[in-house]
Amino acid sequence: MSTLAVHDHGVAHHEDDHGQHHHKATFLNTYIFSQDHKMIAKQFLITGMTMAFIAMILSILFRIQLAYPDKAFPLMETLLGRFAPNGRLDANFYLALVTIHGTIMVFFVLTAGLSGTFANLLIPLQLGVRDMASPFMNMLSYWFFFIASLIMLSSFLVQKGPASGGWTIYPPLSALPKAMPGSGMGMTLWLISMVLFIASQLMAGINYVSTILNMRTKGMDLWKMPLSVWALFLTAILGVLSFPVLVAGVVLLVFDRSFGTSFYLSDIVLNGTQIQPYEGGSPILFQHLFWFLGHPEVYIVIMPAMGISSEVMSVNSRKPIFGYHAMVYSLIGITVLSFIVWGHHMFVTGMNPFLGGVFMITTLIIAVPSAVKTFNWLATLWRGNIRFTSGMLFAIGMVSFFISGGLTGIFLGNAALDINLHDTYFVVAHFHLVMGSAAIFGMLAGVYHWFPKMFGRMMNERLGYLHFWLTFIGAYLVFFPMHFMGLDGVPRRYYAFTEFESMKQWLSVNTFVTWAAIMSAVAQVAFLFNFIHSIFWGKKAPQNPWESNTLEWTTPVEHLHGNWPGEIPTVYRWPYDYSKPGAEHDFIPQTVPLSETMSSNLPHDFEDNPVGLEEHTKWASAQKSNEEVK
Amino acid sequence: MGFKHLINSKKILSLLAVFMLLGTSMLFAQGTEATPAADAVKDNGLPTAGYYILLFLIVCFVIGIVGKILRVFDLTQQIQGKNPINWNNVMGICCLIFLIAGAYGAYWEFTVHGSMILPGAASEHGVKIDEMFWTTTVLTMIVFVVTQILLFTFLFRYRYNKNRRGHFLPHNNTIEKVWTIAPAIVLTVLVIFGFFTWQKITDNTDAKGEPASINIDITGHQFAWELRYTGRDGILGKTNYKLVSGLNKLGIDFKDKNSYDDLQADTMVIPVRKSVRLNIHAQDVIHSVYMPHFRVQLNAVPGLPTFFKFKPTITTAEMRAKLDNPNFEYEILCNKICGGSHYNMKKIVRVVSEAEYQAWIAQQKPYLTDAVKKSLNFAVTEKKEVQPNRLALNN
Repeated sequence: MSTLAVHDHGVAHHEDDHGQHHHKATFLNTYIFSQDHKMIAKQFLITGMTMAFIAMILSILFRIQLAYPDKAFPLMETLLGRFAPNGRLDANFYLALVTIHGTIMVFFVLTAGLSGTFANLLIPLQLGVRDMASPFMNMLSYWFFFIASLIMLSSFLVQKGPASGGWTIYPPLSALPKAMPGSGMGMTLWLISMVLFIASQLMAGINYVSTILNMRTKGMDLWKMPLSVWALFLTAILGVLSFPVLVAGVVLLVFDRSFGTSFYLSDIVLNGTQIQPYEGGSPILFQHLFWFLGHPEVYIVIMPAMGISSEVMSVNSRKPIFGYHAMVYSLIGITVLSFIVWGHHMFVTGMNPFLGGVFMITTLIIAVPSAVKTFNWLATLWRGNIRFTSGMLFAIGMVSFFISGGLTGIFLGNAALDINLHDTYFVVAHFHLVMGSAAIFGMLAGVYHWFPKMFGRMMNERLGYLHFWLTFIGAYLVFFPMHFMGLDGVPRRYYAFTEFESMKQWLSVNTFVTWAAIMSAVAQVAFLFNFIHSIFWGKKAPQNPWESNTLEWTTPVEHLHGNWPGEIPTVYRWPYDYSKPGAEHDFIPQTVPLSETMSSNLPHDFEDNPVGLEEHTKWASAQKSNEEVK
Repeated sequence: MGFKHLINSKKILSLLAVFMLLGTSMLFAQGTEATPAADAVKDNGLPTAGYYILLFLIVCFVIGIVGKILRVFDLTQQIQGKNPINWNNVMGICCLIFLIAGAYGAYWEFTVHGSMILPGAASEHGVKIDEMFWTTTVLTMIVFVVTQILLFTFLFRYRYNKNRRGHFLPHNNTIEKVWTIAPAIVLTVLVIFGFFTWQKITDNTDAKGEPASINIDITGHQFAWELRYTGRDGILGKTNYKLVSGLNKLGIDFKDKNSYDDLQADTMVIPVRKSVRLNIHAQDVIHSVYMPHFRVQLNAVPGLPTFFKFKPTITTAEMRAKLDNPNFEYEILCNKICGGSHYNMKKIVRVVSEAEYQAWIAQQKPYLTDAVKKSLNFAVTEKKEVQPNRLALNN
């Protein structure tokens, strides 16, 4: 099917006289306006990484404020100007930093950077496709994302600073420019940026889904797809179904801000005397619309990381992923359930308490597929033959964070417990572990693992080890103590903990956390150096450096448009035949037919193939009689 | 390798040395400059950025050298026909060390930081929340410890060995069913437990036969809380945001006679072991009434009044004795981002005995001050006329 599609594409070009020009590789169409999925993946990766570094620097800035709330840093004034008068961060700018850090990390890094990179890279390569279903739309998706990133960052240049109502931009705070400086021009730019971003995600998502459903190579049925593709597939579906709801919410907010409507506003008096004309709206409506995307969004963030980790762990444990079907069904379960749990972000917002009870039930149900995944990962490691590549270490780190952060979700998903934990540092610790660190580690696992595929060179493993341990330990040092701050009732998004006597005891902890954060941030330099250095001077990669089964490693190291020089290989088996007893090597690529591996075939391999099973039993009985003769 | 050249190059080395010398001399120069200038604001007691940048460069340099040494060591081992460093073993051991160090770290966290958390709940429903919290903690901690130990011991135990092959185990339906059903059961228990506790906590109506709750209005605005107590009638007057003005900051509707005796207060004083019903309002943006010691939190939403009913069980004095902290106060914090001074939006709460409460409330001033009366053209005497009437009605 895919060969057919690409064939048509080629014919269209040849019929068109001017089409010939498109085949000439210029700098512009190879590196900038490229329609090749591999180049788009790299563009997403590098833009995502740049955004991640910016967001990381923002987080270090506000961490310094939290560690030294009454110290002045003249350098800050030099760097930030009016946002840090006298070397101390402005309280409103602190909130802006928190807001933009959250927005960039959740959307620009862990949605676009993660899905954008690996969906573009892996979907065609692992499914045996020459390119995405619509390469042009794919290119547009990247450029919309790029423009959205620029607009988001440009909000630092406006007079009153960027949006600062938190990444959840709850109105009325975000709707009333008079409520805080960031709700003026900065918020307008935030909204424009997000609309473009969502357009980008929709184009990307539709592309991913249609490619996966229509263009798989011969033999690649859904149950032969690697888990990474399954995860990216379900992520794309989630995105396509939930992102439009955020656009709806954002558009209504734009109306409230600019055209005097009252969708979210009612009974408002500003500054004690300025009575506002809004009537009949409900701020809770925005929260429903926001979290209807917002909750699936956290699974959009974590599911690709799960898929990548499953893949990397299976390859490097030299073992099939344990419970492949259960892994897929749990992903599907998470996808479906993620649409009906959004209310757990709103237990204490004044939403009808009965609704809170219902959302609590659905929320705790979603813990079951998550638990299944965790146990399956552990079972994958059990009696494996574990190769500690950098990618493997990050995949393991992802599992560790997912456990640590996931368990605290059981507290927060419980409406009664959430009363006291809502919006405290307990929440900060929870989501930074379970979706922040875990997803970043999944992403880094993917970068280390597929770097040879992307750039044709290997990364330095030892620098990777250093990067892993510093980041892994650093992240735990940063987020573990935050749980206890939360249990002491310390609220998040506080500029300083100096105004409340009860919070002063956490000042030393905050200083410690800041230094741990700086350490982890500095550790990223090892990664950045390794990444850039390896792109140009890394060791040349062999075709299949990790001895992996999946299709992407059957393509030549040197990239070419269309991925495979000859015919696209046919797929005969699932992707996880590692360490199969009776096999010559400890891996059997998906392209090896079962007929070539008679000695390692199991009855299980012929589940929907009665002819094959007959052959297999015949062969097995022949073997047995041979042995008896001996 | 570019990296190798970089380290080998004497030029780079000498450059670094020059840079370091320059840097340190600059540091010293700054140190001497700063003291005579006596610029107290600018001297934050921390080393300068230059110091940290140098430190970072030195660390990078050391890492580069260590990397180089490891490489040389590896190569000499190979030349001598010995095995090079087995990084799989090194990482396996690192995992084990991390497990042990992490276990100690977690233990330390739980004992040291764990002892800094909130004291036991000071309200009736809070005790139930605490019970559930500890049940959940025990259950999740068991899972946490077991899974992390399994994860890191597997990594150590099954590290790569070229003479071994992984165990081909694609699935096992029995064990998969077990670990789907087991968490499902545990979570069902937690859900049922949580659901009923939640229902009970959020039931804001006074049950039959129960003495009526004390009604207190709390209104959030940027960046303070306003309190309104009922007068002797026990009923709060109506409010309307359109009536808000400099004089009438809550927008109390003084056409409603119930409002005449509504009282203003600076501190939230509440009697112990008496049900309090907080009516939560917001004027401008969303705020959140958060009283951590009472396990009370609910957002204050403009245009959507919310309620929270709770019964404090420990007085401020008792809590001070319990915590051995004579300055302890219960507090209300704002816990929903509301603007620049969000971090400083507090109200003191004091839980006192019934007698103290009555004495305190008798001293509070009504919202209907003389200035308000004048602006509304009320006769100053009117209040006196109204008061007995309404009392009679209530009786």
